[in-house]
Amino acid sequence: MSYRLQEQPLEWIDRSKTVNIEVEGKPTRGFAGDTISSAMLANGDIHMGRSFKYHRIRGPVTFANHDANALFQSSEETDIRGDVVLAADGMKLHAVNTIGGVQNDKFRFLGLLSRFLVVGFYYKGLFKPRFMRSFYERVIRESAGLGKIDLNWKNKRKSKRYGFCDVMVIGAGPAGLSAAKAAAEAGAQVMLVDENAHIGGTLDYQYANDDSVAAARKELKEAVLNNDNIEVQTSAVALGWYSDNWVPVNTPTGIIKVRAKQVVMATGLFEQPSIFHYNDIPGVMMASAAQRMISRYAVKPAEVGAMVVANEDGYRAALDLLKAGVKINAIADLEDHETRGDLAKQVKAQGVQIYDRHAIYEVEGKKRVTSATLCPLDSNGECDSTRKTTVPCDGVFMSVGWAPVTHLLFQCKSDIKYNAEIGQFRANSMPEGMFAAGRVNGVFDINDQMADGAGAGQQAAAAAKGETADVQRPALTTVRQSHEYPIFRHPKHKNFIDFDEDIQLKDYINAAKEGFDNIELIKRFSTNGMGPSQGKHSNMNGIRILSKFTGKSIDDTGTTTARPMFHPTPIQHLGGRRFRAERTSPVQQSHIDNKAVFMEAGAWLRPEYYDTEPTRMESIHAEAKAVRTGLGIIDVSTLGKIEIFGPDAAEMMDRICTMRMSNMLIGKTRYALVVDEAGVITDDGVVVRYTDDHFYYTTTSGSADPAFRTVQKQIAEWGLNCEAVNRTAQLAAMNLAGPEARNKLAQFTDIDLSEEAFPYLGARTGHVFGKPVTLARVGFVGELGYEIHCLAGDASEIWNNLLKECADVNIRPFGVECQRLLRLEKGHVIVTQDTDGLTNPWEAGMPWACHMKKDFFIGQRSLEILKPLQSRTLHGFMFPESFKGEPKECHLLIKDGDLNGRITSVSFSPTFNRWLGLAYVDDMEAKIGDAIQIRLDDGTLVEAELVSLPFYDPEGKRQTCDVDGTDGKVA
Amino acid sequence: MKLIDCPYIGARPQSEFVYGHEVREMPKPSEATDKEWADYVFSRASAPGVKKEWWHHVPSGIWFVFERDTLTDKFIRLVDIAEVQYEL
Repeated sequence: MSYRLQEQPLEWIDRSKTVNIEVEGKPTRGFAGDTISSAMLANGDIHMGRSFKYHRIRGPVTFANHDANALFQSSEETDIRGDVVLAADGMKLHAVNTIGGVQNDKFRFLGLLSRFLVVGFYYKGLFKPRFMRSFYERVIRESAGLGKIDLNWKNKRKSKRYGFCDVMVIGAGPAGLSAAKAAAEAGAQVMLVDENAHIGGTLDYQYANDDSVAAARKELKEAVLNNDNIEVQTSAVALGWYSDNWVPVNTPTGIIKVRAKQVVMATGLFEQPSIFHYNDIPGVMMASAAQRMISRYAVKPAEVGAMVVANEDGYRAALDLLKAGVKINAIADLEDHETRGDLAKQVKAQGVQIYDRHAIYEVEGKKRVTSATLCPLDSNGECDSTRKTTVPCDGVFMSVGWAPVTHLLFQCKSDIKYNAEIGQFRANSMPEGMFAAGRVNGVFDINDQMADGAGAGQQAAAAAKGETADVQRPALTTVRQSHEYPIFRHPKHKNFIDFDEDIQLKDYINAAKEGFDNIELIKRFSTNGMGPSQGKHSNMNGIRILSKFTGKSIDDTGTTTARPMFHPTPIQHLGGRRFRAERTSPVQQSHIDNKAVFMEAGAWLRPEYYDTEPTRMESIHAEAKAVRTGLGIIDVSTLGKIEIFGPDAAEMMDRICTMRMSNMLIGKTRYALVVDEAGVITDDGVVVRYTDDHFYYTTTSGSADPAFRTVQKQIAEWGLNCEAVNRTAQLAAMNLAGPEARNKLAQFTDIDLSEEAFPYLGARTGHVFGKPVTLARVGFVGELGYEIHCLAGDASEIWNNLLKECADVNIRPFGVECQRLLRLEKGHVIVTQDTDGLTNPWEAGMPWACHMKKDFFIGQRSLEILKPLQSRTLHGFMFPESFKGEPKECHLLIKDGDLNGRITSVSFSPTFNRWLGLAYVDDMEAKIGDAIQIRLDDGTLVEAELVSLPFYDPEGKRQTCDVDGTDGKVA
Repeated sequence: MKLIDCPYIGARPQSEFVYGHEVREMPKPSEATDKEWADYVFSRASAPGVKKEWWHHVPSGIWFVFERDTLTDKFIRLVDIAEVQYEL
């Protein structure tokens, strides 16, 4: 049977185009513009899904995307919102929470067990006996969650965009449209956001048949749609409010991060249910839901209705239902219809039986409501169940009150209090840059709503220009719009507060009785408001019930925190496209040409190794061999490079580094170790002294920016007479290392490289291939080596020339992994690899780097205190040559069954043909030659020996000119 | 995201700034007891209120000291760095 009405004046469907979808295997035909739910309803299918806990059959309640009853699943997507997602040809859908379909759900009898599934049953019941726990876990995992995820999901990330406007208006109903129009006419750039597919809001359903607003509606819509200063975003949800009016708006094409100068919240209200026995049976719905069905989709909500009403809006809905041909058998008015004004009289004049001071006490029906039973209310507001009036009906419409959409108002910390006169929460004052307008602001008369919106729009437009507008805003309504307690007890319960989570009135009250009588606690314990709709139709009643239970006022009871996101947002929208800075060295092209395999090091892409041999390890070992026996070159352009100059430069260097820098000779380098105020190692590098008052200082790649910031801050804080310049991006650097380094480099430079003229740890300026450079002779990888610092623009030429001109000695570029291996063989600590957030220089074996006699350096006082407290030491260890295993970083040292430390670096050394590494040993008695036990991944304990550091070339002969040939053997 | 008013180029998003912690004067290391020194290094008064804080504007590379009410998250004024400088 078709429930499609004749054409409605403002309908959203296009009857010239049909759409065919399949729901639960059943072909369903609708029109273009139909949502999944409306297409189903037009065909008489009211069963949208099963409830979460008891698997009760459910139909539309809010028909506004605020309940979890109409959630569908396609082969690719889950939790498709049937109320708002348009039906599209070929869709094949199933309800999300069933086993075997909506009609024959295997779990449909769970409701019979409801007396055993009391509130909090999983906290209480599912612990004992212990051996059952894994069974419970399996059952819960199977029941939990809604829908199934497509594991073959293809990346469909949506771009994030940025938006800017003078005035953002949230909500395109009568107040929002008026605000947007007024703001734009006052010269503001406006963005108007609404979650519905079309602008209009209640004008298009609550007031669809009200001729007195027809002209205003037409004028408002045209003015908004034709104004170039208004950007209209429909099907768009303002997800939250963040500092300084930063509002993310989720649209079908992705999130827009909007910076608005001013925001007008015209967010309106959510209609709230009455709570009575079986109020979840399909056919029971909000009166506004019925109005949306009729006006937007020309769907008849029922043939015969009954209503429970506590405001004038209910009678407006009754007139709409009557006009759509729905017979109304009874209206229960919780108070007195005489107080509802002219609309109630019109309803009565059409012969509808109105029962004053009555409530709907219970309804009957298996798969759809078949009758409603009304009872008079006694002086306590309780139903007198001895006096029942039962009327047949297939639809029950509730219009007992509203909850304002205050989520973003709470987030911007406006002063929200309960207004008992209206029966709703309202912001008594708004923070700067924010305005509330319309019904969320407590203004209900339709003309007042539009005037309130226009006033807010003018104020916002003026405020965006830094001015104030003298605007008289309409007075608040003086008529109560929401009933204080539309909640009715029933001995057989099944009177649901929350349709998402199947919370009955008794569950909620029992939770309060058990001591969870704080609004935040009762939410977690009872799960009221924790379903997909996040309390949009359950929080307000929850507050009313708890307030009555505790005897506290609504304000003292309070509300739960409405955090972003306002509406569930797909992760592909939140994630957006990958948007991440990536830095490459000026020599990048050569790395690519030489088959580099790149790794991420902070923002940098660095060659991990060059893929020249059959395997990764062979490539790395070949690179290491080249450095040890011939010549290698590594790109170290990622190092932080800071210049410090001025009369206090030496003083500054002394204060920053643990070693004394002020006594360095000009033309020398010195190792620089940096610790923080707590004495923890944060950075290391090399300092070059150019002149008395000019230093050049390198930091580790990741520390470039923080180190520079620290230097700058300390200069400012201490008022020192020096300046720092971050030259990290201006300069490039490469390290040429190996026995052939001097012989080859001497051919391309005007600097005298002889040992006498340019000793180890010296620094010289001059030219290489005619380009200006600084050369520094540093230890680095344990071979004779020169670090070449040059302008970034010259780097590629120098690098490529070196590769070409040194081909005769088989120069190899080497990557980060090879460098780590070479440094490990030298026993050099790599900061953040061999140190952690607690490591001080005493533990790391670097007391030689701490010049404690200096007047001051950052962390000095802490190191003084820490020295006698040392409880672990970084040691070198070696495995025997026969060892065949795979030790890893972070493997633990074990002694007598207890932890005794951990490995920080470990590698197979081709130079020594065995595994070696560094490890913290917690045992301060440990000494060179001791055996240590290491636990591998598979739990086996293996033995290694502590050895003295460095492993390689302990006398440092190879860093000077005393190279003992080029065969790669250890000296 | 919060906007911070850079004294030179106007309101910029907070993501352009690095927070440099509250302004605190270091006690004289030579005079502080171990306990006083540890208190300086590890203890922070996190109670909300009006505080002077270091903020670094990354793109322009400039440190500022602002007075901010950490309860309302409002920046109150730009502080002359000379006000917070100290000698060792």
